Amino acid sequence: MNDTALTQLQEAFPSATCTQVIDTAVLDVQTDDLTTTLTALKENFGCDLLLDVTGIDYLTYPKPPQKERFRVVYTLRNWRDNLVVQVRTGVSNPKIGLPTASSIWESANWGERECWDQYGINFSGHPDLRRILNHVQFEGHPLRKDYPVDKRQVLMESDSLEAPLKARLASKDTGHEAMTELGTDVMFLNIGPAHPATHGAIRFAVALDGETILANVVEIGYLHRGFEKLAEKHTYNQVIPLTDRLNYCSSMMNNIAYVKAIEKFANIEITERAQFMRVVLGEFYRILDHLVCLAAAGVDVGGLTNYWYLYDEKEAAYDFISKLCGGRLMSTATRIGGMYHDFHEGWEKEMEFHLAAIEKGAGDSQGLMEKNRILQDRMQNVCRFSPEQAISFGLTGPNLRSCGVPFDLRKDAPYYNYDAFDFDIPIGSNGDVYDRFMIRYEEIKQSIRIIRQAMKMIPGGPVNVNDPQVHLPKKAQVYTKIEGLANHFKMVFEGVHVPKGEWYDGYEAANGELGFHFVSDGSGTPYKCKVRPPCFYTLGSFPAMVEGSMIADAIVNLSCLNIIGGELDR
Amino acid sequence: MAAKVKQLPSRGGTPAEKVYLIEIFKGMAITLKHFLRNLWDNSNLYVRHYPEVQPDIPARWRGRHRLLTHPDGTPKCVACFMCQTNCPADCIMIKAGTRIDGVTEKMPVSFTIDLAECIYCGYCVEACPEDAIRMDTGIYAFTSSNREEMKIGMTEMLSLKGGFPEEEYQKGLEGE
Repeated sequence: MNDTALTQLQEAFPSATCTQVIDTAVLDVQTDDLTTTLTALKENFGCDLLLDVTGIDYLTYPKPPQKERFRVVYTLRNWRDNLVVQVRTGVSNPKIGLPTASSIWESANWGERECWDQYGINFSGHPDLRRILNHVQFEGHPLRKDYPVDKRQVLMESDSLEAPLKARLASKDTGHEAMTELGTDVMFLNIGPAHPATHGAIRFAVALDGETILANVVEIGYLHRGFEKLAEKHTYNQVIPLTDRLNYCSSMMNNIAYVKAIEKFANIEITERAQFMRVVLGEFYRILDHLVCLAAAGVDVGGLTNYWYLYDEKEAAYDFISKLCGGRLMSTATRIGGMYHDFHEGWEKEMEFHLAAIEKGAGDSQGLMEKNRILQDRMQNVCRFSPEQAISFGLTGPNLRSCGVPFDLRKDAPYYNYDAFDFDIPIGSNGDVYDRFMIRYEEIKQSIRIIRQAMKMIPGGPVNVNDPQVHLPKKAQVYTKIEGLANHFKMVFEGVHVPKGEWYDGYEAANGELGFHFVSDGSGTPYKCKVRPPCFYTLGSFPAMVEGSMIADAIVNLSCLNIIGGELDR
Repeated sequence: MAAKVKQLPSRGGTPAEKVYLIEIFKGMAITLKHFLRNLWDNSNLYVRHYPEVQPDIPARWRGRHRLLTHPDGTPKCVACFMCQTNCPADCIMIKAGTRIDGVTEKMPVSFTIDLAECIYCGYCVEACPEDAIRMDTGIYAFTSSNREEMKIGMTEMLSLKGGFPEEEYQKGLEGE
C-alpha cells in the first residue's frame, strides 16, 4: 500500500478513523456509516473483492480497544492496486446487529452467515441468515468467549433443507408454476453428503425440472471441527499441525500461509534459504493439489486412464515428502521463524526426477483431454461465470483466473522474492468449466518453471532465524547448557510472544487466497485466529453457477472447482 | 523478470477437433505407448506387493513413539511434562513420582499415549529436553478393535527399539 492511499481514504471518510496495520488500511466507522462506507469503497476505491467478514469478541481481552463487546470486520481488496482495506465497526447490541452488505457483494451472504453462526451477530436485511458451519439444532455461538471449548451437544435431527430450497425457488423467476398445467411438478432431490461425486461430505438439495436445476442450496459443516476455537487454546506453534488439516491436499501451503501471517506482523525476517524453501515447496504442493483436482475431475467425466497418469506421480511425490517432512499427507514443516527441517541430502536430484515425471504425466493427460471433443462438449459453455460475477462472489485463485481476472497474489502483492521469477499467470477466456479444468494444467507447468528457477537460486545457510525469542534453541544446547534448557522450557510453555494487535495477511494457496485474520493480546496464544479459506466463498457461488444447468453439469463443475472439505468446514 | 498474464486459447474450433476421430486416435496413441512400455518392462509401475514388500521408511518418519533408556537400562524420561504441554492433541498423560534408581530426582510412574488421539505431529519429540522420546520406530500401521488397547503404556514404549541406526537418525534430523 502506498502512503497516498491512506490520506485519500481519510479525506474521503472524514468521520472514520484511518490507521495502517502492516499493508492494510484500517477504517473504524460508526454503525450508521457502515453501508455508505462499504459502498463508497467498492465504487470509488475499486475494492470490489470482499475477502472476508468476521466478528471479534472482546469479553476477555485485556484493555479492549472499544466499549462494545463485539466488533465486525469486513476485509476488502482492490486487486488492481494491491490495496487491502479493513472496515471495522462496534456492535452495541448483537441481536439488532448491523445492516447487511449482501446487496453490495454476493460473497457477504455466506460471510455474514458464518459471522452470525459463530458469534451470534445479526445482520438486518440478510436474505438467508441461518446456521452454516454448525448444525441447525446447535445452541449457542461457539466463537463467543463464554462458550466453553469442551462443551458438547448431541444433535440428532438432520436438516431437511426444505424451507431454504423452497424459498430460493420462490425467489427465482423460473416459470415452474406453469409446470402443473402440463401435469408435471418440480422434483426435489437430495445429493450427498456421502456421495462419491461430492468428493467429501457436502450436501446439496436441488429442485429439478426434468434434469435441469431450478434452484439449489448447499449444506456444509460436515467436517467442522472448530479449528478457530481450538487455535485460541493452543500456542502459535501448536496450531501448525492443525493447519495441515485445512486443505489436506496441499498441507504445506497452509503451514506457510499461517506462519507467514504471524512473521509479517511480528516483524520476523526469515532467512533467504527458508524463503526459497517455502517457494520451492509451496509450488510443489500447488502442483500436487492441481493433480488431485484434475485426476478427480477426469474420473467424474468418465476418464479413468487420465487418473492414473496424474495420480501415480502424486503418489510417487509423497515418497519425497515423507523423506523431507516425516509424513506423507501432514507436513507440519514450518515453524515461526523458519522451517523445522532443512532439505534432506540429495533432494535436488529427487525433486528434478519428480518434476520430470509430473511433466510427463500431466502432458500425457493433457494430450488425452485438451482436444477431446467429448470433454469439450461436456465442459465448454457449461456453468459460465462472468468476471464481475466471479469477483462479486469472492472467488480467488485458479477459479477466478479462469473467469478472465488476472489476479494472483504472487504477481500483485509479491512475497518471498516472487517478483524475481519469470513465470506466466494463465487466465481463461470463457469462464466455463473447461477453463477451470485447463487452467490447472497450465499452472502446473508454471509452477514447475518457478521451482526450477528457485532451485538454481537457492542459497545455503540456516533455515531458522537466530532469535531465542522466536525459535527453539539447538538440541545440543538444551542437552548441555542451563541457558539453552531454560530458553527451551520458556519457549514451549509460553510460546512465541506476538505483539498486541489485529491484522490480516493473505497467501496465494492452490485454491486461491488463503488468509489469516489474527487478534493478538500480546501472549503466546492467539486471542482469535480466523481463516479465510478460498473454498468457502467458491462454494458460496455454487448455487448461482449451476442453476439452469443439468445435474451432470453441476457434478463436473463441482469437481473442477476443487472444493476441499477440510478448509471449507474448518 | 516478473509474472506475465497469458490467456489460454479457446479450444474446440478447429476442424480436426470437430471431426472427433483424429484427436481420439491421437489420445489412443498415448495410452498405447503406456501399454506397450509397461508390457515390455513393468518394473517402473507404481505397484507394491504389500504386505510382502514393505515400503522404505525414511529416518525422519514420524511413526509410533518409544521411550529411550540410558545405557544401563534406566529410562531417560525425567517427567518434566514438556511433551504433554507441547502436545496439540492432548494425548499424553504422565504421572510423576520420586525416582528410586538414583539417576535424577523424578521419573514417570506412568506414561500413557492415546494413539487414537495422537496426530503424529512430532511435537513431543521436539519438546523433549532429554532425548527421551522419539518417533523413530518405523512402525506406521497398527490397529485395534477397541479404544482402550490404543493407549500404550511405559513398559511397551520402553521395550520398542529404534528403526534406524543412530547415525542415520541424527543425519536425518540435520539435513543437508
